[in-house]
Amino acid sequence: MAQELIRLEHISKQFDGQLILDDLELVIHENEFVTLLGPSGCGKTTTLRIIGGFEKPDEGRVIFEGKDITDLPPYKRQLNTVFQKYALFPHMDVAANIAFGLRMSKKSKTYIDDKIKYALKLVNLDGYEHRSVDSLSGGQQQRIAIARAIVNEPKVLLLDEPLGALDLKMRQDMQYELIRLKKELGITFLYVTHDQEEALTMSDMVVVMNQGYIQQMGTPVEVYNEPECAFVADFIGDSNIIDSVMVRDRLVRIMGKEFECVDTGFGLETPVDVVIRPEDVMLVPADDDDPNALNGVVTDIIFKGVFYEVSVMTEDYEWQVNSLDPFEVGKRVRITVDPFDIQIMNKPVSEDEEAIASYD
Amino acid sequence: MKEVWKKLYALFVLVFLYAPIAVLIAQSFNASRYRGHWTGFTLHWYSALFENEEILEAFGNTMLIAFISSVAATLIAIVTCLAAAAMKKRGRLIVTGTANISMLNADIVTGISLMMLFLAFGLRFGFGTVLLSHIIFNVPYALLNILPGVMAMDKASYESALDLGATPFRAFMHVTVPEILPGVISGFLMAFTMSADDFIITHFTKGPGVDTLPTKIYAELKIGIKPEMYALTTLMTGALVLLMILLQINRKHSRNLAQSVEAIY
Repeated sequence: MAQELIRLEHISKQFDGQLILDDLELVIHENEFVTLLGPSGCGKTTTLRIIGGFEKPDEGRVIFEGKDITDLPPYKRQLNTVFQKYALFPHMDVAANIAFGLRMSKKSKTYIDDKIKYALKLVNLDGYEHRSVDSLSGGQQQRIAIARAIVNEPKVLLLDEPLGALDLKMRQDMQYELIRLKKELGITFLYVTHDQEEALTMSDMVVVMNQGYIQQMGTPVEVYNEPECAFVADFIGDSNIIDSVMVRDRLVRIMGKEFECVDTGFGLETPVDVVIRPEDVMLVPADDDDPNALNGVVTDIIFKGVFYEVSVMTEDYEWQVNSLDPFEVGKRVRITVDPFDIQIMNKPVSEDEEAIASYD
Repeated sequence: MKEVWKKLYALFVLVFLYAPIAVLIAQSFNASRYRGHWTGFTLHWYSALFENEEILEAFGNTMLIAFISSVAATLIAIVTCLAAAAMKKRGRLIVTGTANISMLNADIVTGISLMMLFLAFGLRFGFGTVLLSHIIFNVPYALLNILPGVMAMDKASYESALDLGATPFRAFMHVTVPEILPGVISGFLMAFTMSADDFIITHFTKGPGVDTLPTKIYAELKIGIKPEMYALTTLMTGALVLLMILLQINRKHSRNLAQSVEAIY
């Protein structure tokens, strides 16, 4: 495991009496691409601003390379931020923007000029030194904002929804660009977004947040395939989330029908939530002879290009299914799932956990 | 036909507005002492004006008071605007409201109340009291010119300056000041004009012995108009026109100006 770089200890923060962060704990390692992912108001931006030094936590400590930097002002921290709306200095040209941090630390002119060239090359904007900031497109401004931050050789680059203001195509290009930059620079990126696709594409580690709590931490594959609670399952990708009962190890009862699964250790006859991704459901013709067949009726079908999005009604739940084959509306079908595609989650027990899980 | 009427109407408005000033300007170059007689072109009244020491002293006072009071008012206004921008909407409304009221209030009310205030504090009337009252009535003009620029400023600019290692003071000088500079300059010029222009408030707060140009002209008029006064008012009008042009240039080139200021650091 890489060296620990940032540690947040018991961070709490209130704004106007409203709890934004509640006893947050987070460790970020060197050379990691970490994404804080969550809906607006989940506390992800506040977390970033606390690390950047723009907000002080009410409680808790921020540890950077083993030193407590909780009370250190932003200009004394060895990290740089790329702001949501770039926040370039409009009265300076591109070169002056990039040089700002280096001038503040009184670097020599030749050093600064070299750094400007290097940074512009890195973000694919060579020769833009003397352009005015206003003349650049959104994507170019974003690259300049990144260049301006990285010339200071920070240990961590904080990025606050940096792609939010760009159009779709540009956003996708910039995602690859950021992955490349991260590799070339070999520093830690801490990225904040509400866009799950961005998070899954770029991150080494995704931190899913909701209402001031961390819901789950893990690699993109882990949070996608093994969500630990209904919120994560729902927020990351589409999911069918169903009230079910764990009969015993490796057997779960969904809507009265028994399904084999691979999870153990939930006890006997325990209420659980079951998550099944739309792409993991396989539709076969209805089978009225098998008492354990979960049958339903196709209510809607939409062509999505690679697959068909099929809605299937069983009792009182409408399943979302991604199917490669088309099904006629009105046709009776049976829902089948491979055992390892059924994800079992404990139901929230305490009131606190209920609050965490309550989403929309 | 309609076009002709439109132009004629505009012409009339312009004539009514500017004819009195034009007459005054013409009179300042008239060799005759009396209005209505044109006996030849002369610059005599201008040279007479510059030999009149009382007038020159009053002019000096006007410039000094206008300069000091507008600088002071601008500085006070900048600080107030920064605070107002950080307030919630309600607090900001109170700030702009107070500024508006004192600006729109009749000068005579402001003048008399300042006089009463100075009396109550036992201040000696003179240059100091005039300066003080000019600072006071100039703050709203500066404030209302500066506030929009401060409000429009992206707070993230300041934060990113801190992020890039600038101390709060350097972030203010390098990022905030250049961004709000156009408003600051127009606020300053506005305050300067208002101060140089003021008669009523100065009249009530000056006491004997000290005069600004407006109060001096008023005093002279009581004795009878001297042609030097025509020359003086012509010069004042000219200065005002120059100031207006400067204001326009400031608006047009505010961005370049900010850039050149940044280059000085």
